[in-house]
Amino acid sequence: MTRRSSAGPLTPEDSNIPDGAFGPSPSQTVGPYFHQGLVHGFQGYERTAGTVLVDPFSVEAQGVPGERIRLTGHVLDADGEVIPDALIEVWQADASGRYPTDPDAAFSGFARTHTLTADARYEVHTIKPGAAGPDAAPRLLLWVGLRGLLTHLYTVVYFSDEDNSRDAVLRDVPEARRPTLIAQRLDAPGGVTYTFDLRLQGEGETVFFTP
Amino acid sequence: MTTSDPPNDVHPPHLYPPYASSVKRAPHELLMPLPTALRDHGGPVFSPSRLRPDDHDATRNARVNGEPLGERILVRGRLLDAAGRPVRGALIETWQANAAGRYVHGRDQHDAPLDPNFVGTARMLTDEHGEYELISIRPGAYPWGNHPNAWRPAHIHFSVFGTNFTERLVSQMYFPGDPLLAHDPIYQGIPDPQGQQRLISRFDLNLTEPGWALGYRFDIVLGGQHATPFEDPDHDD
Repeated sequence: MTRRSSAGPLTPEDSNIPDGAFGPSPSQTVGPYFHQGLVHGFQGYERTAGTVLVDPFSVEAQGVPGERIRLTGHVLDADGEVIPDALIEVWQADASGRYPTDPDAAFSGFARTHTLTADARYEVHTIKPGAAGPDAAPRLLLWVGLRGLLTHLYTVVYFSDEDNSRDAVLRDVPEARRPTLIAQRLDAPGGVTYTFDLRLQGEGETVFFTP
Repeated sequence: MTTSDPPNDVHPPHLYPPYASSVKRAPHELLMPLPTALRDHGGPVFSPSRLRPDDHDATRNARVNGEPLGERILVRGRLLDAAGRPVRGALIETWQANAAGRYVHGRDQHDAPLDPNFVGTARMLTDEHGEYELISIRPGAYPWGNHPNAWRPAHIHFSVFGTNFTERLVSQMYFPGDPLLAHDPIYQGIPDPQGQQRLISRFDLNLTEPGWALGYRFDIVLGGQHATPFEDPDHDD
């Protein structure tokens, strides 16, 4: 049996959303099993989906300018326990501070990973973003969804070796909490690594943003 | 809750004690509004070259030696922005349990069979009308540990990218008439009854393919830039 060819535009009568109830669809948790749909090659099931979007670089990305970095860390709950079922997405500008808009660009500015790893640590391989303007320090936007979060969270990640004092976003964050947004640089043998833990609740709670 | 409530009330609060996992994972501090400097950037766009022809068809994309078990379904809907305009070329990803209520995941220990011909993942880009089509198997309900005799209603997870960061959405599609919805804290955590309603698909006999698959409509509306930023009032209810 083959499927029906695509019909024309849908009419309002076709909708599941009743008349007068139009509005945003609510968020729901990603749950603990998102790897199946959102992570490439999970449990050996490479066949089941096209190229999944875990890597910000295309195969042609050798010449993409910028410092190669790793961003890594744990996601922690109120008790300081590591969370092994967090989904992490990174959205960022390229090394010149521009957000990619071409779907075939060698550098997409988007990466996705998770914490179902040996030590529940996420790790993103990317390039260090450039500053997006005179009142902005280099930064990236980090999205987190997990079991227990019905609505996802955002945070903004800065770099410990940059002058962050000029950043207008960071200036609006209470001074005592700003350190929760700074990734710490380590010049490790494997390359430049920035460590950035997210603490969802309690002492040292990460500053989170809502759209 | 009335229709005059701010659009952000559509989304569940972070701390919702009936959903036990939220208690130690929800932030306690006030959330800050996402700065305009970051809201205005476009989200990622994805090339059609990243998808394969069967990616939207979970009844085919994982076949080993035959048809997957269960009730075949066809889900069609539109992706719209807050003004009702179609969102074109947007990536939609789905994942779900099989007909028996079991996920292909090492941590799913539900004593129900796995299906060798079904993984339950699909992805698609919306077309020029903002439409998508998913072919799959109706997922089964499954037990979980939230409270005694807790069962998740049948659902399909949807991950959607809109046109900018503020439109990123992960949600779930439910089925009409499911008696488990009334007992499910994940669904009941949505404060707005109209918002709850939007996550229930509509059975459509006209969409149903005779002799082959039952049809369901499921439109998705993204919040995005029309929502007013403010500090989350629900964070410590």
